[in-house]
Amino acid sequence: MQTYKLTVNGQTREVTADPGTPLLWVLREDLKMTGTKYGCGISACGACTVHLAGVATRSCVVPVSLVGDRPIVTIEGVGEDRVGRAVQDAWVAEDVVQCGYCQSGQIMSAVALLKSRRKPTDEDIEESMGGNICRCGTYVRIRKAIKTAAQQLA
Amino acid sequence: MSVTTMLSSESGLSRRSFLRVSATAAGGLIIALYLDFPVHAQAPQAKTYPPDAFVHIQRDGKIVIQVNRLEFGQGVQTSLPMVLADEMDADWTQVVAELAPAGDVYKDPVFGVQMVGGSGSIAHSFQQYRELGAKTRVMLVAAAAQQWKVSGAQCRTEASVVYGPGGQSATYGELADAAAHVPVPENVPLKKASEFKLIGKDTRRLDSRPKCDGSLKFGLDLDLPGMKVAVVAHPPIFGGRPKSIDDKAARGIPGVTDVFEIPTISKGTAVVVVADKFWTAKQARDRLSIDWDFSRIEPADTEQLRAKYKDLAATPGNVAVTRGDLSVLDGVSAANRIEAEYEFPYLAHTPMEPLNTTIRFDGDRAEVWAGSQFQTVDQMAIAETLGLKPEQVTFHTEMAGGGFGRRATPDSHVQREAASIAKRYKGIPVKLIWTREDDVQGGYYRPMFAHRIEIGIGADGMPLAWRHVIVGQSLVAGTPFAAMLIKNGVDETAVEGASDNPYEIPNFTVTAHHPTPNVPVLWWRSVGHTHTAFVMETLVDELATHVKTDPIAYRRKLLKPEEKRMRGVLDLMDEKSASWRNHVPEGHAAGVACHECFGTNVACAVDVSIENKRPKIHRVTVAVDCGTAVNPLTIESQFQAGVSFGVSQLMAKGAITFKGGHAGQNNFDGYTPPYIIDAPVAVDVHIVPSTEGPSGCGEPPVPVISPAVVNALFRLTGKRYRTLPLLSL
Amino acid sequence: MVYSGTAFRGSSAVFILIASLAWLSTLSSAQGTSQQAASTTREAGLAAWQQVYSVLTTPRCINCHTATNYPEQGDDRHRHLFNVVRGPEGKGVPGLNCVTCHQSANADSTGVPGANNWHLAPLSMKWQDTNDNILSSAAVCQSLTDRSKNGSLDGPGIVRHHEQEPLVLWAFQPGHHRDGTARSLPPLTHEQFVAVTRTWVDAGMPCPQNP
Repeated sequence: MQTYKLTVNGQTREVTADPGTPLLWVLREDLKMTGTKYGCGISACGACTVHLAGVATRSCVVPVSLVGDRPIVTIEGVGEDRVGRAVQDAWVAEDVVQCGYCQSGQIMSAVALLKSRRKPTDEDIEESMGGNICRCGTYVRIRKAIKTAAQQLA
Repeated sequence: MSVTTMLSSESGLSRRSFLRVSATAAGGLIIALYLDFPVHAQAPQAKTYPPDAFVHIQRDGKIVIQVNRLEFGQGVQTSLPMVLADEMDADWTQVVAELAPAGDVYKDPVFGVQMVGGSGSIAHSFQQYRELGAKTRVMLVAAAAQQWKVSGAQCRTEASVVYGPGGQSATYGELADAAAHVPVPENVPLKKASEFKLIGKDTRRLDSRPKCDGSLKFGLDLDLPGMKVAVVAHPPIFGGRPKSIDDKAARGIPGVTDVFEIPTISKGTAVVVVADKFWTAKQARDRLSIDWDFSRIEPADTEQLRAKYKDLAATPGNVAVTRGDLSVLDGVSAANRIEAEYEFPYLAHTPMEPLNTTIRFDGDRAEVWAGSQFQTVDQMAIAETLGLKPEQVTFHTEMAGGGFGRRATPDSHVQREAASIAKRYKGIPVKLIWTREDDVQGGYYRPMFAHRIEIGIGADGMPLAWRHVIVGQSLVAGTPFAAMLIKNGVDETAVEGASDNPYEIPNFTVTAHHPTPNVPVLWWRSVGHTHTAFVMETLVDELATHVKTDPIAYRRKLLKPEEKRMRGVLDLMDEKSASWRNHVPEGHAAGVACHECFGTNVACAVDVSIENKRPKIHRVTVAVDCGTAVNPLTIESQFQAGVSFGVSQLMAKGAITFKGGHAGQNNFDGYTPPYIIDAPVAVDVHIVPSTEGPSGCGEPPVPVISPAVVNALFRLTGKRYRTLPLLSL
Repeated sequence: MVYSGTAFRGSSAVFILIASLAWLSTLSSAQGTSQQAASTTREAGLAAWQQVYSVLTTPRCINCHTATNYPEQGDDRHRHLFNVVRGPEGKGVPGLNCVTCHQSANADSTGVPGANNWHLAPLSMKWQDTNDNILSSAAVCQSLTDRSKNGSLDGPGIVRHHEQEPLVLWAFQPGHHRDGTARSLPPLTHEQFVAVTRTWVDAGMPCPQNP
């Protein structure tokens, strides 16, 4: 067991955990932040996506020992940012969600895309969102919402 | 107490409705109901539903509506409140929806158990929620009228306000207390469709925002003081048991509470690890060294089953339906025969939220939190395991991350596991989590199926004779529901969509065999239609090709005259897709399919090309007749997303295969659902205007997409695809 | 010495085995910059090159030296799952970068390999064709020695790259799968790999003729 100082959504949080514990479970169980989801545990689905130093990261495969001092932003905090808020608003406006379980990860991936490409093409969307699974299949509205958010941000 | 006993103790049910209810106590049984009764007919209500169990008006005007079934993506936590709020003339911006706990009043009014499945939510509760809303409105008006000393007839309501004849007004919040003392009226008039303010209008989901900001809690997110987490090492072959367990390394991990055995429903034994946290429990389970006993257990093997099913399909089974004279087939020349064999693999549901249940056992009571599609059944199973009566078990319905049928299990196996574990920790909440590996390997799959069809084509190009054999496990054999759903040795859930198809085929027979390999099986979104629609709609396409007729025109000719609603969706799909269907770009092809599923008629056209040896679906145009469209925005969502879900059946890694008794896949790397590149790029949905009673949209999108896509592929490759999943093209 | 089964192709396997056994028995501990050029014949250089090639073509190296829009993974070198793509700089795309999962060190508790700046080799450094077939020894040698393709490295630069580049070092300590088993290693140790690279460079980086 080791103690780690993590910066999560702008706040410093201290946790004591086994070094191999994935960041996902530290967030969910030590910090009680359950917005980041467990879908597969093998980085196949993206439900666990957070931002580490601004980079979309699959927290289910990153041991807490490798986080370091990189600031963490989760779905609970991404709305503080203009791009994050635009994406969440677009998701609501376009009625994207069905069961919603994958959507934290979808939103975090979409925010990473839009921070990098203000006018993503269909191909950009397919590539950047290509690793996120939505079992309900809301992909058609995800595409639309990303374009809506891009328009809002223009 | 068995389910049958529970059902028979329902008060006020006639013998006839008892039979109906006992037939429909589990999701798949819905099929029998649809076969026997018109889907829109609602059983005479044996119970009254007290509005105060469904609607709570707060003083500040907030209106909390209880939803009598699980929300797991289909949108019911918005649609049913819409129905109630409309009749109630409520201010929609004040409406909050909650998922009702397990309770007598929350049982499905047609099925008599609290459940969601068979796409029956709106169909069965539309009338119910209308009446609840209308009664509530009448009570509010009565309360206001009393205060103002006027008659209710002189008052009107709008957006949570009652207006009196002399300029008086009062909000629902102000009237709530007084209204609670008004006797609940027996019969109330309902709105005319032209008076609807919410029903029929695009309405955004109520649960959107909290699902987008991480605040909405699913069952897996539950956190209670002192809670423990349990994971289970299941026998790698169903029914196995440990010969010996070395748990020294597991127990050595700090935070591990205990390691012990529990029985499993498939008569084997599993090993439980309980710990403070999930990761600890999982690490400990990984370090268990278990020597399993598989003696006297049959290890399922896909290759063996394929061979066996093929052989069985070549022989007649038990008769599901037969008409005319199949000997006519013998007289048809080879040039006018189609003989086809189809194969379908086991499918896992893999809802995005892994299965989980939290239970706290207090000795004389218990409290449960679960995203269950089957509250009544699960509550009973948990009570039985804990030695309690169902009414001693408080059962909270949590929002669920998908289900697709997986969260409706007649044997409540996950709940029984959770209860067996919680029983040992009195006063302490225990959360059982199935990992994704547990989920992919844990059984309860859509069964493997084989079909063999022989068609004799008549001189008019129409099928003159059609002999159809279906081979696959029964979903309900060995359960109390077998009596109602298995007729003449045929499980109706295995043949629906084929035995009752809408086409005019004078000499027609469907027979079935139900082998019993050692694999637990379950209904998978659209159940029998998952494979029968594929067979029917690809064969009809082949028939159309055989006589060089457009596939839509051929279907129009082949449909029975009474299939007006199917013609309606075909026409609408034709109209809305003609502009692109006949002008697809080079390297693209169009395919069509139509199918009725649980009372809803669907027709679709797809635009497909081949990219990287996979079908690329550029566009889907889909027409649907679901009767009254309560929330068109939700219906559009269900079809856009549902066809994407349906593509699961085509995915190259979309199969669970068995070797040596256990599944060869254990996570999304080996069993892969559609990602965004696999799903259709664009889906446009068109709803047939209707004032008929509503039918469901949860499952109807699924059956049509796979046959439509392979019908398109035929036009690109010249090949007919009769084995799923689709491997490399 | 650990040999990875996929590193050897056909009859050249026997030749490499014999040659390497003969060669390695004459290897002195060639640390430092001792002047070996005079005694490093073209034949010795070519033999050393075969050793280098045997490492480059193991999965741990070649999985990221693809000619395609994607990396490979595993000893069977299947297309990397989850639809990851190369991206404009070989680092993936926003939302699905290489570093979205691959951190700066191996994550043995979750089975994801890692090293600093995980990314694909540029297309100019492809060692496979677009059908994922490994290129010949001659072709890879050409590629490695072409300064317009190899990031402008000269001989000493290549030695340094093999000696110090984190992603190269990673191949020799590639971590464990999530089931606890170790990832397979290249046929040489890192020290041996650097040594044969040096020998090859000292010989003037000779390339075999096209077969």
